[in-house]
Amino acid sequence: MSFRSETNRVAAVAWKDLTTERRSKANFNAVLFLAALMLLMFGFALGPDAASLRLAAAGIVWLTIMFSGNLAFHRSYQVELEGGALETLLLYPGARSSIFLGKLIANLVFVLLVLMALIPIAIVLYDIPVGPSIPLLFLVIFLGTFGFVTLGTFYASMASRSRAREVLLPLLLFPMLIPVLLASVEATGALLQGDPMGEAGRWIRLLVSFDVIFLGASILAFGAVIEE
Amino acid sequence: MAREGLVLEGIARRFGRKWALRGTSVRAEAGTAIALMGHNGSGKTTLLRIVATTLRPTRGSGTVLGHDLLNEAAAIREHVGVLYHAAGVYGDLTARENLEFSRKMWGGRAVVGVDAALDRVGLSYAAGERAAGFSSGMTRRLALARVVMRPPTILLLDEPYASFDADGIELVNELVRETADGGGIVLIATHDPERSNGVVDRVITLHEGRVVPEGVAAGPKLVAEAVR
Repeated sequence: MSFRSETNRVAAVAWKDLTTERRSKANFNAVLFLAALMLLMFGFALGPDAASLRLAAAGIVWLTIMFSGNLAFHRSYQVELEGGALETLLLYPGARSSIFLGKLIANLVFVLLVLMALIPIAIVLYDIPVGPSIPLLFLVIFLGTFGFVTLGTFYASMASRSRAREVLLPLLLFPMLIPVLLASVEATGALLQGDPMGEAGRWIRLLVSFDVIFLGASILAFGAVIEE
Repeated sequence: MAREGLVLEGIARRFGRKWALRGTSVRAEAGTAIALMGHNGSGKTTLLRIVATTLRPTRGSGTVLGHDLLNEAAAIREHVGVLYHAAGVYGDLTARENLEFSRKMWGGRAVVGVDAALDRVGLSYAAGERAAGFSSGMTRRLALARVVMRPPTILLLDEPYASFDADGIELVNELVRETADGGGIVLIATHDPERSNGVVDRVITLHEGRVVPEGVAAGPKLVAEAVR
């Protein structure tokens, strides 16, 4: 198939997943509610000291995104498993990587929408100082989310064939997320403190490298892992 | 390119410790409709999925329309159309959206338009309704509309008469004849030989993953002895 056809296939899968989610709304509400609850509970666990909350904010926000976003990946393949749609999806001609990229885009949009609702809550709850580094913070949030969603979409496809997929996905995903989590938390923390040591740039470059590697590896391996 | 039909040699497939197919060999000329008979668990569905390339055989080899089953799966998928027991439609999309999605996934290469396909399967009146509200017969008609949109050279039908009324059964048989008369190959896995009477050219019986030699009378004991 031509590049244009494959691009259309990517768009079709993304549209289908987002339309399904928009109409059912079940996943968005659940993920957002869980994420807000986690932010609140981490806040209670740390106590009322504003300085401690600010210091831990970057790590807590990223952990909240990753734990709650995990639910989104389940749903992404659950839609395919219901009614045997996955079998039909795999029968369409063309590159299997188009299916992966379509699901990746849909999951990315989904998690970014959750973040748009979550970040204002985090700013208020954790008294996060947002200053002149906002554009770079948005870049870090996008890059960290992209790496997380890439790995989540890939490992969810691998776990989708298993009966124990709800348990298997976090077991496979979270160890692989450590580099993305580390780079995202360090970059976010540095930017929130005004980047006094000038280290945010290095973490952002590292995050870009992880994203490129994970995306390339996932595209190459998706065809093999999605087959039974 | 000359149509070389279907050649399967010693196909075996294992799920865990259980062998679903134990060395099945099938040959079919272009322009043939074959009914696959056998008890539950005899390997009919597994055989269809292997021909469709959504399942790789554990052992054995074969060609479909001259394309190698193991190494040219993408080329085979270009020619395959299926109607499985699970319809593979998305409940949160309307009937028209489901078919539009299929058209895009084929790279826009549908022979029959969405509205014409819905008309042929008798679902025009429900084109804008979500498939989640359909009866099982309507859902299978929608799946059949996918086959109508892009007439395949290899048509694989798994229990195609289930949930259909007399009109639906007639429609299935029309598609079978159209495919075979057009030089294609049809494999119908069914428990219901009477409904496929008059449209199939041959009957292949499977028993515990093996083809029962022609001329062996039905009956578990005789069949088991014949395939041993």
